[in-house]
Amino acid sequence: MVEYAHQNTGMVDMTSTIVARIFGRSPFGPMQDHIDICLRGAELVIPVLDAVANNDWDEVLRLQEEITVLENEADSMKSEIRENLPRGVFLPVSRPDLLELLTRQDRIANRAKGIVGLIVGRRLTFPASITAGLAHLAENCISACALAREVVHRLDELLEAGFSGRETDEVRQMVRGIDDKERQCDEMEARLRGELFRLESDLESVDVMFMYRVIEWIGDLANHAEQVGHRLDQLLAR
Amino acid sequence: MDPTFIILGLAAVFGIYMAWGIGANDVANAMATSVGAKAVTVFGAICIAGIFEFLGAFLAGGEVTSTIRKGIVDAQLLADDPDTLVYGMLGSLLAAAMWLTVASRFGWPVSTTHSIVGAIVGFAIIAIGFDAVHWSGVGSIAASWIVSPVLAGTAAFLLVMSVQRLIFNKAEPERYARRYVPVYIGATALVIGLVTFLKGLKHVGLDLSFVQGLALSLVFAGVAGLIGAMVIHRIPLGEAPSGENRFAGVERVFAVLMVVTASSMAFAHGSNDVANAIGPVAAVVSVVNTGEVLQKADVPVWVLLLGAVGIVVGLGTFGFRVMATVGREITELTPSRGFAAELAAASTVALASATGIPVSTTHTLVGAVLGVGLARGISALNLGVIRTIFMSWIITLPAGALLSVIFYFMLSWALG
Repeated sequence: MVEYAHQNTGMVDMTSTIVARIFGRSPFGPMQDHIDICLRGAELVIPVLDAVANNDWDEVLRLQEEITVLENEADSMKSEIRENLPRGVFLPVSRPDLLELLTRQDRIANRAKGIVGLIVGRRLTFPASITAGLAHLAENCISACALAREVVHRLDELLEAGFSGRETDEVRQMVRGIDDKERQCDEMEARLRGELFRLESDLESVDVMFMYRVIEWIGDLANHAEQVGHRLDQLLAR
Repeated sequence: MDPTFIILGLAAVFGIYMAWGIGANDVANAMATSVGAKAVTVFGAICIAGIFEFLGAFLAGGEVTSTIRKGIVDAQLLADDPDTLVYGMLGSLLAAAMWLTVASRFGWPVSTTHSIVGAIVGFAIIAIGFDAVHWSGVGSIAASWIVSPVLAGTAAFLLVMSVQRLIFNKAEPERYARRYVPVYIGATALVIGLVTFLKGLKHVGLDLSFVQGLALSLVFAGVAGLIGAMVIHRIPLGEAPSGENRFAGVERVFAVLMVVTASSMAFAHGSNDVANAIGPVAAVVSVVNTGEVLQKADVPVWVLLLGAVGIVVGLGTFGFRVMATVGREITELTPSRGFAAELAAASTVALASATGIPVSTTHTLVGAVLGVGLARGISALNLGVIRTIFMSWIITLPAGALLSVIFYFMLSWALG
């Protein structure tokens, strides 16, 4: 009799599985896996900058490949999570908010891929006095992403606590931590732009335009991390 | 051969067949949440179910059995024609058991309670007449099919809220879990104790007064709570290993509670659903033994035993496979939620058993799980299941009725 439990016989399912069938597929585990992949993609920006500084373009291309694979993986995870949340599924949080959070998470991976694409596309090398600052900025932006990952990984605990009370307060505190980190990154970004501005006259002007863009996009990693935090905060507000 | 012997033999065989079907299919649902929350293994669930289904059927199954036996059909109308009642009850039993088997084969949603009630009502309307049905009684049974999931859902909702307030929102949730979980254990034991001591023990020769029953229940609850506290005390406190959920320790404490609520769920299921198999048997036995249709007469103990044994056999032969499958499908349930669903459902079903109302344990449990979900306790719920349940009513009631009429005519032709 058991074999029939999984078969779709055109009718609704067997009695003995009604209790099992109430339980839908949780989006929370996959959401956490998704941001893990996004973070892994973002983290590769650091070795990319190292390799660029060492003029090791083979390594850069290899890393680009790796980031692309991760970004694709994040994309397909995103689609799968969306597909598994049909309208008949009742969630403890607002569905649109959850999907919005997912979109924001995904942007981290997209941005990481964009940064590397931009560097590879123009074979962009940075002046030596910028290199250290750029790596430093990237590290800080990625640690903002890591904080965002930690917040998303609190979804399990939030569910346990019924999305209320002490656990919510703790998560809100963590979100404020991301905000602080993002503000630091903004300041670093501004300083780096100032640095680049001083060097501008000695550099190829088209290259400079794209260097500004790389700085901006690395800063975006922190912005997206902040957005993830805010979306999660909004999820808790209901 | 003696026709009395044939009739009793058929009643026993059909009754065992029905009880076997309940044990094979229905029990898995009652135990699924415990297995799914990994509070007990499949083997553990089989043992718990075997013991407590039996106890529930034996100690607290009498009231529902009476209702199935004489609360649906106005047997007075058959005072001159006891054979009709005998064939009707045999036909209903066979119809319900058959329908369960066929429906499970095809994967259709069925409830044992709805099958048997539909079957008896169908037989009564066709064989005796529309007025032969106790419509007020049937009405309250039908109402309970809506009321019991709603009641269980409300109770589960409140239980989850209480757990969140008393335990999860505290700075040291594990400490508070140790403090309050024994109280929940005591409450579970109290419900089961009340149903058993106030309603169930007459046929085993123990007639307690209300005060005696209440006192015994309280003592039983206290002892259960104490034992629970001792077991919980042995669970080591301490940091959750990294990577593990911060509330993992709390869940380990709740897993102890879930063993208790699983037992109460099996008990409640036994007290309500075993009647679906033995109620008709009891009706047949009563007529055969006395030669007339009586409104008063206790259910013989051997009939209760018959049902209980049938359920345990069904559990042993098929139930464990179904249980393993269902348990595997439930992956997102934690003990702190599972216990709330089980305790709410078990209390509701036990209450229904005490008042003699046959409810669907499965549907009640579904209501309880939805209640947990409404308290934001479950990560995702398929609301489509509610439609499935309505479908099960619409299909099962007429199907049971139709089959029982067919079997009634066949049996009265063959035996009459």
